[in-house]
Amino acid sequence: MKVAFTLNGRVAEWSGPPVTRLAAALRDDLDLTGTKVGCDAGDCGACTVLLDGRQTCSCLVAMGQVEGRRVETVESLGDGNGGLTSLQKSFLAHGAAQCGICTSGMLMAAVELLRRNARPCRAEVEDALGGVLCRCTGYSKIVDAVMSVSTSMPIAAPPAGAAVGARLQRVDGVPKVTGRDLFGADAVPADALWIRVVRSPHARARFELGDLAPLRRRLAAVLTAADVPFNGFGIYPDIKDQPVLADGQVRYRGEAVVALVGERAQVLAIRDEEVPIAWTPEAPVFGLDAATAPDAVLVQADKPENLLLNGVVRRGKAAEAFAACAAVAEGLFETAFVEHAYIEPEAGWARRVGDRIEVHVTTQTPYMNRDEVANVMRLRPEAVRIVPTACGGGFGGKLDLSVHPLVALAAWKLDRPVACVYTRPESMAASTKRHPARVAARFGCDAEGKLLACEVTATFDTGAYASWGPTVANRVPVHAMGPYAIPNVRSWGEAFFTNCPPAGAFRGFGVPQAAIAHEAMMDELADRLSIDRLEFRHKNALRAGDTTATGQTLAHSAGLAQCLDALRPHWQKAHDDVAAFNAKSGSRRRGVGIGCMWYGIGNTSMSNPSRMRVGLSPAGTLTLYSGAVDIGQGSNTIMTQIAADAVGLPAAQVALVAGDTDLTADAGKTSASRQTFVSGMAAERAGRDLRQQILRLANAGPDAELSLEGARLTVRDGDAVRSIDLASAGTLMGEGTFDPPTTPLDADGQGVPYATYAFAAQMATVEVDIGLGTVKVLRIVAAHDVGKAINPTLVEGQIQGGIAQGLGLALMEEYLPGRTENLHDYLIPTIGDVPEIECILIEDREPLGPSGAKGVGEPGLVPTAPAILGAVHHATGVRATRVPLLPHRLREAIVAAGQEKTTGKRT
Amino acid sequence: MGAYLRPRRLEDALTALAQPHVVLAGGTDFYPARVGRAIDEDVLDIGGIAVLRGISADASGWRLGATTTWSELLEADLPPLFDGLKQAAREVGGRQIQNAGTLAGNLCNASPAADGVPCLLALDAEIEVAGPAGRRLLPLRQFITGVRRTALAQAELVVAIHVPKPDREARSAFLKLGTRRYLVISIAMAAATIEIADGRVASARLAVGACSPVAERLPALEAALAGAPLDTRLADRVEPAHLAPLSPIDDVRGSAAYRSDAVVTVLRRLLQDLAA
Repeated sequence: MKVAFTLNGRVAEWSGPPVTRLAAALRDDLDLTGTKVGCDAGDCGACTVLLDGRQTCSCLVAMGQVEGRRVETVESLGDGNGGLTSLQKSFLAHGAAQCGICTSGMLMAAVELLRRNARPCRAEVEDALGGVLCRCTGYSKIVDAVMSVSTSMPIAAPPAGAAVGARLQRVDGVPKVTGRDLFGADAVPADALWIRVVRSPHARARFELGDLAPLRRRLAAVLTAADVPFNGFGIYPDIKDQPVLADGQVRYRGEAVVALVGERAQVLAIRDEEVPIAWTPEAPVFGLDAATAPDAVLVQADKPENLLLNGVVRRGKAAEAFAACAAVAEGLFETAFVEHAYIEPEAGWARRVGDRIEVHVTTQTPYMNRDEVANVMRLRPEAVRIVPTACGGGFGGKLDLSVHPLVALAAWKLDRPVACVYTRPESMAASTKRHPARVAARFGCDAEGKLLACEVTATFDTGAYASWGPTVANRVPVHAMGPYAIPNVRSWGEAFFTNCPPAGAFRGFGVPQAAIAHEAMMDELADRLSIDRLEFRHKNALRAGDTTATGQTLAHSAGLAQCLDALRPHWQKAHDDVAAFNAKSGSRRRGVGIGCMWYGIGNTSMSNPSRMRVGLSPAGTLTLYSGAVDIGQGSNTIMTQIAADAVGLPAAQVALVAGDTDLTADAGKTSASRQTFVSGMAAERAGRDLRQQILRLANAGPDAELSLEGARLTVRDGDAVRSIDLASAGTLMGEGTFDPPTTPLDADGQGVPYATYAFAAQMATVEVDIGLGTVKVLRIVAAHDVGKAINPTLVEGQIQGGIAQGLGLALMEEYLPGRTENLHDYLIPTIGDVPEIECILIEDREPLGPSGAKGVGEPGLVPTAPAILGAVHHATGVRATRVPLLPHRLREAIVAAGQEKTTGKRT
Repeated sequence: MGAYLRPRRLEDALTALAQPHVVLAGGTDFYPARVGRAIDEDVLDIGGIAVLRGISADASGWRLGATTTWSELLEADLPPLFDGLKQAAREVGGRQIQNAGTLAGNLCNASPAADGVPCLLALDAEIEVAGPAGRRLLPLRQFITGVRRTALAQAELVVAIHVPKPDREARSAFLKLGTRRYLVISIAMAAATIEIADGRVASARLAVGACSPVAERLPALEAALAGAPLDTRLADRVEPAHLAPLSPIDDVRGSAAYRSDAVVTVLRRLLQDLAA
């Protein structure tokens, strides 16, 4: 069928099956990939376009319905002269685009609003943008950007030497606000074949494949376990336990079994029932009780007791020390599987280039991907090239392999480009999750409120395969006592296999789960001794000079007390406001809560080096070669700022080559909050190295000022001015590496697990609807010790985005395999759920970091749930022991507490 | 590949329905049910049929065309009787869904959590159905027969929703309980319409959704409200026993016990809103 319509102001004609989604027609046939697909179900709003001027999910519109109508996409935005609209400029100035995957949808929703109402209030912005989900920003900067379109000022580019600390606009921002950024599904070659993966409908089963020959005759290939040269992958070199394609046995619902390879329409048309798989379901192991039962069947035959790993941190004599405590609190806390819910599903494509394979993929870790793909394919790592596409959110979930080995194997075998894009339900079923945790905590203090002893046992459900489970089980014992000086500690972490999705890396590696427990204990002890909850924490905060539970003395940069000092006036005012409100209201009660955290930056007691290069070409191009992948958090910009200042040239003159394993050196993974600290230091050293080379050439002193115009580099050293013709100087290349100094932990968990730690304290004000058990978070104030904010706008964006995910963890997010595999049953916070967030940046300099900086990627999330849950307790007297605190759970607890009160029992 | 028909005339649509077709209007339920697979059914797109769209009124009441969208309803000039349905319209999905989703689609999808159903039950709406044997009118509660089931025969289409004009001054309200602010499926919701005479509730119609396979009216509560003074004490008349027609279940959004408990609060708040 032919469809004639108006597309971005021009007459357009399209032909194809009329039931084709508008989103697919725009992307696949009309080359307008600025419209993104996050769910194909109207749940996320990423594909929002204007249809006859109204915002519409283009995944819900049939091309047959578009005849004669007017479609406007993000590509229509512009000032008419190739420049940006004021809305796009405002998004850039406010840092409203992080990964950029929701940005097109947000912009189009905002355009609809602004045409009606040029100066909307916050509530109007929320109503208009409420249908678009963002997982990165926490929405704050998006709301700011839309509200201030008419007044927004562009950010001036900082001069040479002043980039660090400036609110520089993202260096990769323009493609994100114009829809030109290319994500995993956006640049698939036209001649590519496609893969559709057939996945297990069972949590645990054996299976036999029937005769695949008929399918193979219809398709280019049907891949099974037999086609995988080494059928095991995993994060750790010694644990390659997850098959690329299951071999006769599946261990979780959603596990990959067969890959159908062919023309896209062809593989989509084949239903799972047409693939001959004879299943023999077996009773699955669900939950920690089942996994640790004496007679539990084994999830993996060679993993006795279903145990993945355990670890301990022991210092002093915790058991004895409790006897001397004036007050002791204890509790048991449980958390659920949590889904990353990045708005971009896993996507990528591969092609064979001679004896090498090239994988273009959305990822957080190109070098680890390279080595893993090579291992699966039995190739040398140098034979694999990973080219990261723009990454539409990761949060830890795009560290593991997803489409990579499948597209690589198929492209290798068929010698044709092969692509694979997960559907939303597939992404949710197949990918890793945050570990469900059961945390038993016991804390004691003396009569003055000084903490004396702590015992924590954190038990994690690691799902069917190891993934990052060992990282969680190692990291948590180090952090589980919280950011406090406690002389006697026993902290235990352990992880068990179950027939659930593999639990892997998710922003915080288990620390957010543990923080719910230790912060509840702080509240209880403070209340018991009638000490203010903030002051109790202040009294016990780790400070520079203190020794941690692993025996590490913190020499510098332990700014928790400063964070609490910064919160104190807000805390006191919030208490006054809440008391005034509660004196009046009956059915709704408000409360204030506080959460603190610390977070070790980088790998736990393991080398995690970064290497960066900064080059100056004969043509005068200054280029930063960065292997650090920007997944939205802003490392492209941060590295540029650091390198520019280290060289002594303006950030605007730095060109960037990022991620590609053929063009950049290994800067490690984008996780563990390590890029600013580790790769940033490498970038600083690389910049300084280049500067040294320039100064040597110019025979100039260390304070010389550089300026670059074309191929002419001018070096001013006092009165001496030297001009270097770069064309004759040849290519200059600076290089820098950094590996944060750590030591292994001994049998008692003693050692230096991290070179530095981030600290933070957040407070939340909430309103609880007593009758319904619903919680509205009214305000959050977040004070974070970041060492040095290289770019305050980006730092705030990380904190606000982390807070939104922490809010989801506390109040609504619970992944249930087979039940919440979409974005309407699995709830993440919308623009109306995240309150205004005030960020306070504390800069307690870390001498090891670039300009004193540490990391902030994960810390934003960790204290949020504790602060919210503490506020709910303040409002209602109910201490949540299980998250998410869904309305029915809170209401039932409120009713139970009321009944205990009336029957005289202690609450 | 299936057929795709987009007739302009209702008669042509009805003719086409002699053969089985999946009916497509706003697409907000059609496409989510077809994620990641080829769409090979025969599709009848009724979005191009002008007579199915729009809102009109006459002496007996209002006619809401089947493919009227939530946004069109919100923008329509309607009396306070429709305030509840408009409140529901603002709570259906996000703005994108409101711009695409249709009133009749919400009914034909027959989800227990359809936000429009309690409102239209409380408005005493009737569903106009066209088919080979001509037109028929069904009360809404008879139209929806179960979870994802309706009284619609294969060859029939909903053409309009009729809302009768009350004899007296009337108001309505809607309240939805969900776990997040936007894009949320209700844990429970309730709608009420009251007719007012001499400062008293002359008659009341209340319905609750997401607490039974099909949203249900609450006749005992309606009886308890009839004749009551229209003031803040109205809400006190809600008793748990009035919820007898409901049969809530445990699901991911909430427990059955919670639903039973929360619905009482939701109904009281709704009546407070109406009395204010």
